[in-house]
Amino acid sequence: MTLVSGWGRFPVVDTDLLRPRSFEAVGGAVADVTGSVARGNGRAYGDAAIGAARTVAMTGFDRVRSFDPATGRLRLEAGVLLADLIDTFGPRGFLPFVVPGTRFVSVGGAIAADVHGKNHHCEGGFGRYVDSIQLATGEGEIIEVSREQNSDAFFATVGGMGLTGVILEATMRLRPIETGWIRERVISASDLDAAMRALDAGDTATYSVAWIDCAARGRSLGRSLIYLGEHANKDELADGADAFPVGKNPGLSVPIDLPSMTLNRYSIRAFNELYYRMGARRAGGSHVVSLYPYFFPLDSIADWNRIYGKRGFLQHQCVIPEAGARDLLGDILDRVARRGDASFLAVLKKLGQGDGLLSFPLPGYTLALDFPVKGDILDFLDEIDRLVVAAGGRLYLAKDARQSRATFEAGYPALRRFNAIRKSLDPNGNIRSKLSQRLFDEV
Amino acid sequence: MTSRKTVLVLGGSSDIGRAAARAFAKAGYDVGLAGRDVAALEPDASDLRARYSVDVGVYRFDVLDTASFESFVGSLPALPDVVISIVGLLGTQDSAQSDLAHATTIMRSNYEGPSLILGLFAEKFLGRGNGTIVGVSSVAGDRGRASNYVYGSAKAGFSAFLSGLRARASRGGVHVVTVKPGFVRTKMTEGMKLIGPLTVEAPVVGDAILSAVEKKTDVVYVSGKWRLVMLIIKTLPEAVFKKLKF
Repeated sequence: MTLVSGWGRFPVVDTDLLRPRSFEAVGGAVADVTGSVARGNGRAYGDAAIGAARTVAMTGFDRVRSFDPATGRLRLEAGVLLADLIDTFGPRGFLPFVVPGTRFVSVGGAIAADVHGKNHHCEGGFGRYVDSIQLATGEGEIIEVSREQNSDAFFATVGGMGLTGVILEATMRLRPIETGWIRERVISASDLDAAMRALDAGDTATYSVAWIDCAARGRSLGRSLIYLGEHANKDELADGADAFPVGKNPGLSVPIDLPSMTLNRYSIRAFNELYYRMGARRAGGSHVVSLYPYFFPLDSIADWNRIYGKRGFLQHQCVIPEAGARDLLGDILDRVARRGDASFLAVLKKLGQGDGLLSFPLPGYTLALDFPVKGDILDFLDEIDRLVVAAGGRLYLAKDARQSRATFEAGYPALRRFNAIRKSLDPNGNIRSKLSQRLFDEV
Repeated sequence: MTSRKTVLVLGGSSDIGRAAARAFAKAGYDVGLAGRDVAALEPDASDLRARYSVDVGVYRFDVLDTASFESFVGSLPALPDVVISIVGLLGTQDSAQSDLAHATTIMRSNYEGPSLILGLFAEKFLGRGNGTIVGVSSVAGDRGRASNYVYGSAKAGFSAFLSGLRARASRGGVHVVTVKPGFVRTKMTEGMKLIGPLTVEAPVVGDAILSAVEKKTDVVYVSGKWRLVMLIIKTLPEAVFKKLKF
């Protein structure tokens, strides 16, 4: 047995961690026990990639099967990391259409969580660019699902948190790019209204995201830096710059668990103040930056999850439908600012319609906040959840470690349909994760 | 035929073999993958072709079948520029202590086979006047330890062979690299208790091999920490060393 946790390092669970070497062995591993789920690179924050009894590690399946440079179509095993895809195909002029805030996620994980990037408002999520998926069902059978073939299973698998079976391979499309650089425009917004206006105005930008100073209160509540981005052409690059920048491995790392007092209301406020002022100085004009810091600012610090101490942390990411979003976002930010323990990772984005049955996105605004696991944080987040649900919103399963069944069921009306499809693929209920036990499975 | 350089990886389906093949293909080499099970090499060959648009061939090679070595080398479409042997067998020390057949297999897989095949390539390379030979040995060969001396002694023999070959071949334009990876998270070490700070992932070893070939390094400890650890282990007096159980 092995102790395993998600990126938030809460909860930590003892599991039978297997590392099969063939797809047949994957099928065998899930079919002969009740309670397995696949695990990619372990970047889901909570308990999504921990099996109820057994966890099937997939990162060993890291082969590319085929690539057609004429169409950008790629067939690959599910354990390939997006970091690997970017490093391998970036210099050849191709990138994934959708990348989340870290490149250290597997393709299988990206499909299972139907991850979104800074372009969801105009280009959709990761699953939109996936054409077909090979799946090992709970019975150990290997099937192919796509929009045309087994389409119910396809739309249940995109965003299905690995609960329809183990994703073995996928066919996906890559985006042709001229360079690996992004033309970035930074806008400083002095309060929440200005921030939301800037995001709305950025609807036509390919990429947009807002970082919020979650320590600011009163008139400055919700003050933000908005980062808009477009893929840069070759003629926009400085003379002599490579068309594709070099992706550095993390230069900094957090080698130990920092004492939990390192992050306190004073250090967080100071950090947010500094970050806002530095960013505001760059606001106004546009400039060209490497895709790595643009898309993956935190990837430059290895093991940054350790700054929250050994008890771990919770990320709360909700989406709120457009109508009523302004008031609720203001209310949540005000509550967070009063508590004082929200961290430097407060991100606001606009989302469009999700594709999978359980995909997180819906048209509206998504807010992500980090909290160390301590004190009355669980009660505080339950209170926030009630407000989110009342506004017709929901929480992101890939980040979740603690939402209640009531919150989940209210947020995901397609759950019954999903469960019926899951049952038809896995009548004995062999695929079960800690997350599914907490939120999906009959008790 | 392309004008690109070629690398032949013996033990191509091992984790370090796959990592080395990727590192060289990324650097623009055409690749030959050799191993016992040709079918098992095909997915890796497709992976290299799809990623890097290089030519990849797969060849059957069994390190215990020394009688086939001459014909194996002769059957290759061309003599490669670089040959890397990653072949090896950790085996089980406990069984090897009493099971002579198992001990023999460990010795032959880690010393006899790799030495003979690389020696054969060295002759061909010397005849041509250039080439690079890479032997993946082990820090376990630096001093025989109670917990793995059957494996360690075979690796010690392999390291000594490479050292002598290097001294001789360098005069003929052929370079020999000895790689001592230390702990690597691979199929071979799965289930073993590895010491985190002394353990690396296979791609790190692959990159280190490429860099050693390009820079003509003689002996590579993949993690510098291992050079220090083994220096200490090698200099412990025998009276102290024999009391240690590791």
